[in-house]
Amino acid sequence: MTTLALTSAVRWPRFLLGRWLSPLLLLLLWELGSRTGLIPERTLAAPSAVIGALIGMIRSGELPSNLLVSFVRAAIGLAIGVSAGIGLALVAGLSRSGEVTVDPLMQIKRTIPVVALSPLFIVWFGIGETTKIALIAFAAVFPVYLNLYSGIRAVDPRLIDAARSFGLSRTELILHVILPGALPSLLVGLRFSLSVAIIVLVIAEQINASAGLGYLINNARDFMRTDIIVVCLMVYALLGLGADWLVRAIETRALAWRPSIVEHN
Amino acid sequence: MDAARGFLIADVAHAARPAPAVRLRDFERRFGNTTIIEGLDLEIAPGEFVALLGRSGSGKTTLLRTLAGMDDARGQDVTVPSARAVVFQDARLLPWKKVWRNVALGLRGADIRQRAEQALREVGLGHRLNAWPLTLSGGEAQRVALARALVREPQLLLLDEPFAALDALTRIRMHDLVLALWRNHRPAVMMVTHDVDEAIALADRVLVLDSGRIVAEERITAERGDRTVLARGLRETLLRHLGVERGEIAEEAGVVHLARARA
Repeated sequence: MTTLALTSAVRWPRFLLGRWLSPLLLLLLWELGSRTGLIPERTLAAPSAVIGALIGMIRSGELPSNLLVSFVRAAIGLAIGVSAGIGLALVAGLSRSGEVTVDPLMQIKRTIPVVALSPLFIVWFGIGETTKIALIAFAAVFPVYLNLYSGIRAVDPRLIDAARSFGLSRTELILHVILPGALPSLLVGLRFSLSVAIIVLVIAEQINASAGLGYLINNARDFMRTDIIVVCLMVYALLGLGADWLVRAIETRALAWRPSIVEHN
Repeated sequence: MDAARGFLIADVAHAARPAPAVRLRDFERRFGNTTIIEGLDLEIAPGEFVALLGRSGSGKTTLLRTLAGMDDARGQDVTVPSARAVVFQDARLLPWKKVWRNVALGLRGADIRQRAEQALREVGLGHRLNAWPLTLSGGEAQRVALARALVREPQLLLLDEPFAALDALTRIRMHDLVLALWRNHRPAVMMVTHDVDEAIALADRVLVLDSGRIVAEERITAERGDRTVLARGLRETLLRHLGVERGEIAEEAGVVHLARARA
């Protein structure tokens, strides 16, 4: 009986026993390692130091201003890339001649790693914002293109047949049947494009940036400020999470007709 | 659009003697070297309920697609009414449109919503106007498909094995519903089916299609609901045309067995 009482007394709160436990444990070990001098500061700053740096950078306005610069870069690049991807996919998906013209070019483009293009882009656009935005846009085109294009082609032909038998014009067919049918694929593509955009953002910002998260990281590297580097890594991770959350939010609204989502309502 | 597909649109309203709603003369349909339908003559009177039986590959779906205007019939003597609607075996509702919007799909003019609601109430789905199609049962989905066809006030209603995917009880209810709707709206109906009993229960006339030709035609004059007597003989005849030979021995064995049980 006493043993029973004991175990229930030391029973951990439920949330600690779940998926949070191992990351928390790692953080504790990390902090402990730093405090005991096992992990030198120039290798990796302690979690407490990172949080301190984070608060300091927010207070001084250094983090928000640079984050905004990075965010705008990613947003402009994405907007260009995603619109181009959607446009090309519509051309290729909705017409035979469009497919013959666009798809081979896109497949060729796919074989070129975006990062390998950076020297060429630097020659063309210099080392300013244009190169960074162009790289992000170029990378973001393909996932949206590929998914929307195959989504359009995969729309159930029986639905198209039925809609035709009810006298829908071609425009109505595209608006009411083909595009809504391809929307789930578009959102999958959008999710890929967002994560690719963030990866390319990181790479592009290593190219001689004078503002942005990459600039902060490069500076911190020169001064061996591992705390600032870790803060920036966290911010990159948060950007990724935020992008994912955004697409999920769009999905829940736009795909409300799907049974999996319907049941949860 | 119909002219482009090679139809003559029947001027049903202005004819002195009611012209047939559907008329095909020496109709032929080929895909490459394969002839699907050949030398087919067919007339359906306005308001007539015709059932079309046929084995798989007999050309019945091809014929239905032609009447629906889903296939090109250029250069052929094909007359169909301009107002047509199809109900498919799978309801083919757009899952991303609410039920009433599915019914309203492609409608033109004013009070589209009211017309869709009216049609849905008629098939007993007035309470599911705003449901998502994927939350409907098979029977409900098929009733929506019926409403979607009816709201177009068709002069020719084409049913492509509409009840084949439903369970037996739902099917019986759907038979009653289809008959009620047909009586209220009086379109010419052509129903493609595999089910001989269904054909006998619903139709004025039963056609059997085989290798693209009509090989049998039976007109049923008995009242619906009063057809059990004639059903058995007719059933045998139709099944024979469909290539199903019922063993006489099996029938005889059944009789002997019953007689013995009674004794």
